[in-house]
Parts: sequence; structure tokens; C-alpha cells
Amino acid sequence: MARIIGGVASTHVPSIGKAIAENKQNDPYWRPFFRGFDYVHDWLAREKPNIAVVFYNDHGLNFFLDKLPTFAVGAADQYRNEDEGWGIPVSRAIAGHPALSWHIINGLVADEFDVTMCQDMLIDHAVTIPMALMWPGAAAAKASPAKPWPVRIVPVEINTVQHPLPSLARCLKLGRSVGRAIESYPENLRVMIVGTGGLSHQLDGKRAGFINKEFDRFCLDHVVGEPEVLTRYSIHDWVEQSGAQGVEFLNWMAMRGALTGQVSELHRNYHIPISNTAAATVVYENRKEAERKAA
Amino acid sequence: MKQDIAGTTLFDGEQAQKGFALNRMCYSFNSADNRAAFLKDEEGYCRKYGLTEDQRAAVKSRDVLAMITAGGNVYYLAKLAGIFGLNVQDIGAQQTGTTVEEFKAKLAAAGR
Repeated sequence: MARIIGGVASTHVPSIGKAIAENKQNDPYWRPFFRGFDYVHDWLAREKPNIAVVFYNDHGLNFFLDKLPTFAVGAADQYRNEDEGWGIPVSRAIAGHPALSWHIINGLVADEFDVTMCQDMLIDHAVTIPMALMWPGAAAAKASPAKPWPVRIVPVEINTVQHPLPSLARCLKLGRSVGRAIESYPENLRVMIVGTGGLSHQLDGKRAGFINKEFDRFCLDHVVGEPEVLTRYSIHDWVEQSGAQGVEFLNWMAMRGALTGQVSELHRNYHIPISNTAAATVVYENRKEAERKAA
Repeated sequence: MKQDIAGTTLFDGEQAQKGFALNRMCYSFNSADNRAAFLKDEEGYCRKYGLTEDQRAAVKSRDVLAMITAGGNVYYLAKLAGIFGLNVQDIGAQQTGTTVEEFKAKLAAAGR
């Protein structure tokens, strides 16, 4: 059976892509952020996931405002990135796992999440940047079957662009449904869950540059053990506390929801600012009750 | 009735309807050919996408707050800003009436 080993969440600011392309990882501005991935690399090397289910939000690459799903699930055998117009290098393609995607879609719709199903879907920086941060070697390799990414992906896209957005409670439940579906999948897979974006930031309006360190800490402290506490906030409250684009935390809530066992925080890195954003990177472990008792 | 959040325009159905032409034009800037076409003939490019007068004026004056008032969504506007080599600190400074250095200093101060 497929097993959910844990989760990683990370900021996905586009300028990270430029910093990688220009080898600025050790510059004083960037080092406090990139060093947060040293632990992630060790964890990935140890845990060896072969699937990543990635909760993210598209920023106008695959979806435009003409037809904008609230939740969309990729069911492709390959996901390409393309020019997004803001000058970050185009990532190499990432392989999918269509059978697992359809299994997750079936589970979601059975649970009354009537998702958009995408057999052809471009992935934007919100997927490719966390992938490049987690597997810098694979990201840098030229497209070649000899050097594939270590994981195949199932992208799950959440609308954080056009209001009304789904609530925090809804995204937590979405994640739980995805988690249950993964655990009922018969193939022997090691699945990690990824949530991307955030934390507090605002790009638009006279309030541009808004960052809320105290609220971010509150979120990081609660999302592990009591994510329900965060569901008391409306989207409007969230914009007020976390900034207009801080709503990307919906992806973190879904990621947390998909960790269905005993969850503990193994790693946290938090740094202000990367671009206009409070940048956070976490690793959560997900253990079954039985494993926890045995440990 | 919910209180407005100062300095913040929620991109909701009303804004999405108002901004459709502008955002659609900015969406086209995912393509390098379209970015070049815009630079070559900005007026003609805006006409082709049916921008309203307010949107046209906001684009012409590179005024981000006016683009938002005219329904622009920041993720799409960032693609337009990219054509001029402007990043989100540049447009943050413009929207808040500060220099880019002041804007960056404010961001750094939020971490202390």
C-alpha cells in the first residue's frame, strides 16, 4: 500500500528561481533562506519518497480568469513548465503518476469535492521552485531520461487568486480526503506531501510590503498539532492578518490535512524577507499510530 | 458587513469583471512574442485587447494603483511590470510612495 511519510512546505517566490540560476545561494541575502533546505535534503535522502503530491496555486500560467477552478487535480503523465513572463528560467518537465491521480480524483469526488480534472496541465513556479529547492541536482540536469527527478508528482491546484476562495476548513478537509485516497492506493509507494507559498506577504495596494511575523509564528505553531485552530479565521481575517497573498497558506492547510497520522515538526526555517515575503520552510513527519507505539 | 482592509483591494467577482480585458492582455505576456509586440506598438496592442479608457490610461502612465482600481490583478500586472524590468519591490515602492531602498528597508525591518 502507498504510505505517506511526511510533508514539506516552502515559500515559492519567483525570485528564488533567479537566485538559483545565478548561483546566489551563498550570498548574504539568500543564505538564511537556502540553508533552511540543508535539513530537507538530508531528510529526503533518508526517507526516499518516490511520489510528491503538491498543493499549490497557479499564478496565471495554466489557468486564466476565464475558467478558474477552485480545486484542480493533475492527471497527466508529464507536467511542463513554460515562460511565465517574469524572467525566471523554464524548469524541465516532471513526470506524473496518472493512475494515482485518478485514484485521488475518485476519492475526492466520492467525498463531495467536485474537482476539475486535468490531463494536460502546465505547472508554474509554485511547483517548480519548491522542486528545485528540494532536488537542486535534478533541477539543474538537462532533460534526459538518464537523470530523472527522484519523484513523480500529482499536482493539486487551489485557487488563491480570485475571491471567493475556499475556506481554511475546506482546504484542511480537502487534504484529509487526499490523504485517505493515497493510503488506500494499492501500489507500494512512498508519498510525501508538499504545500507551497506564503507565509505573510502582500504585493498589491497601498498596503504592499505588509508582513506579520507574529501571526506567521502563530500559524507555524498551530498548523502541526491543532490546525483546527486556524480554521476559525475567515479568508477576510486571513488577508487582514497575513496579507493579500498570505492566503497561499491554504496550500499548507491542505498539505497538513493530507498527513493523516501522528504529525510532528522535524524542521522549521523562517526568514524575513525574501522578495516581499516572509519565507518559511518546514518538514513534518507523519507516523501511523502503530509505528509511533513501536518507536 | 465586513470592514474594508486599509490599502487592500480584494480581487473578487466585481474586480474580476471590471479587470477582465486588462488581465487578459497581461496573461498574453507569458509569451515572449507578445511582450515584444506590446513594446513595438503599445497603443495597438492595448486596442486589440479592448482595454477600457481607465485601463489604457493606467497602463500608459505605468500607475499600478490605477491599474488595480481598474480591475487589474497583481499576479497578471506583474507580467506587465516584468516587460519593463520591474520586480515586486519596484512596484511595491511605487504603490506605497517610497523609494525602492526605503521599501526594502521596511521589509527587512519586519523581520526584526
